[in-house]
Amino acid sequence: MRKPREYDDIPGTYVFDYERSHRGYHLNMFGMSLLKPENREAFLADEEAYLKKFPMTEEQRQSVLNRDWLGMIKLGGNIYYTSKIGATLGHSFQYIAGEMCGMSQEDYADMMIKGGRNPEGNRSVSEKY
Amino acid sequence: MAKITAGVATSHVPAIGAALDLGKSGEPYWKPIFDGYDKSKKWMAEAKPDVVILVYNDHGTAFALDVVPTFALGVTDIYPPADEGWGPRPVPNVHGHVELSRHLAESLILDEFDLAIINEMAVDHGLTVPLSLMCGQPEAWPFKVIPLAVNVVQYPPPTGRRCFKLGQAIRKAVESFDEELNVVVMGTGGMSHQLHGERAGMINKEWDNQFLDDLSGDVQRLVQLDHVEYMRETGAEGIEMVMWLIMRGALNENVKEVYRFYHVPGSNTAIGNIILENS
Ligand SMILES: [Fe+2]
Repeated sequence: MRKPREYDDIPGTYVFDYERSHRGYHLNMFGMSLLKPENREAFLADEEAYLKKFPMTEEQRQSVLNRDWLGMIKLGGNIYYTSKIGATLGHSFQYIAGEMCGMSQEDYADMMIKGGRNPEGNRSVSEKY
Repeated sequence: MAKITAGVATSHVPAIGAALDLGKSGEPYWKPIFDGYDKSKKWMAEAKPDVVILVYNDHGTAFALDVVPTFALGVTDIYPPADEGWGPRPVPNVHGHVELSRHLAESLILDEFDLAIINEMAVDHGLTVPLSLMCGQPEAWPFKVIPLAVNVVQYPPPTGRRCFKLGQAIRKAVESFDEELNVVVMGTGGMSHQLHGERAGMINKEWDNQFLDDLSGDVQRLVQLDHVEYMRETGAEGIEMVMWLIMRGALNENVKEVYRFYHVPGSNTAIGNIILENS
């Protein structure tokens, strides 16, 4: 069993530790494969067939098909790899970021222009600061 | 003898490279950022380093998750810009300084820093965006570059203390290289940014500015920061700032801050830039 970590207390954050890395390995390596133009074409032509080439879980496969950007992270996806999936589908990084925190791309972009998300209340679940 | 004369730290946001490459640097969103780097570019043009040791991280481009080196040093003569999914950036190839990089590899490993060695590698925005910010859009980069890639993607990255000590060892190694070379060390990445999860977009200006202050004022405080503090206070991806401590470790105990720039946002990130000269 995984022992609790101090960083589990950071809200809205999924530290890419060895456990998540192992769990998400094939999902992330699928994302990596999309660096090659021929693979991007193959994926866009038939997503399900292309995803079958990677031994990921059914849940992970569905998260890609459903464009569940936060779900991918929770299933072991790493943002540097899932963002390659987003780029292949024509999404900007801020669109994916907005999706993960339940905001429209416009609202997310606006929040950034105003200085970003305030750290106040966003640093510790247990100590609420 | 080779000598490290200064250190530079800068963020390496990919969207900044894209803005420059697509001719958008004059747009209202990007202009303040490029204006902020004007002084840095002037400084770099006057400093005229022969070699820059450029500390950065690869973002799932040259390295994936199959092999994850904590520290990896480039020892070859040419590093092309990588295709990160949109075709390579239209920037010059990066040329290494083979002799100095071999000397660094040998010295550092014998000094008990167990580096991985890179003989062939394309370099992603982590390395090329800092060059663009510090040099603009030249036909060829005006100095040789030795890439030092640090894992900050797979947790845990090396500690800030280890990074600082590696910087100190780099300085010792450079100073034992018997060719007259002016060497600048660059640390890249940061500052505040969280790119994933429900907390995406968090920026901690106060923390970042204290970090900038302490690079010259209280580096021992920075060396002691642990990973949870970086992630909690500056966003999970803000942990890239440990790479700045390699740069800092390679400088004298006392340094003079000659320039600083801080701006929010560059896409999802707080942009920070600082120049420190050995005093
Ligand atoms: Fe980075």
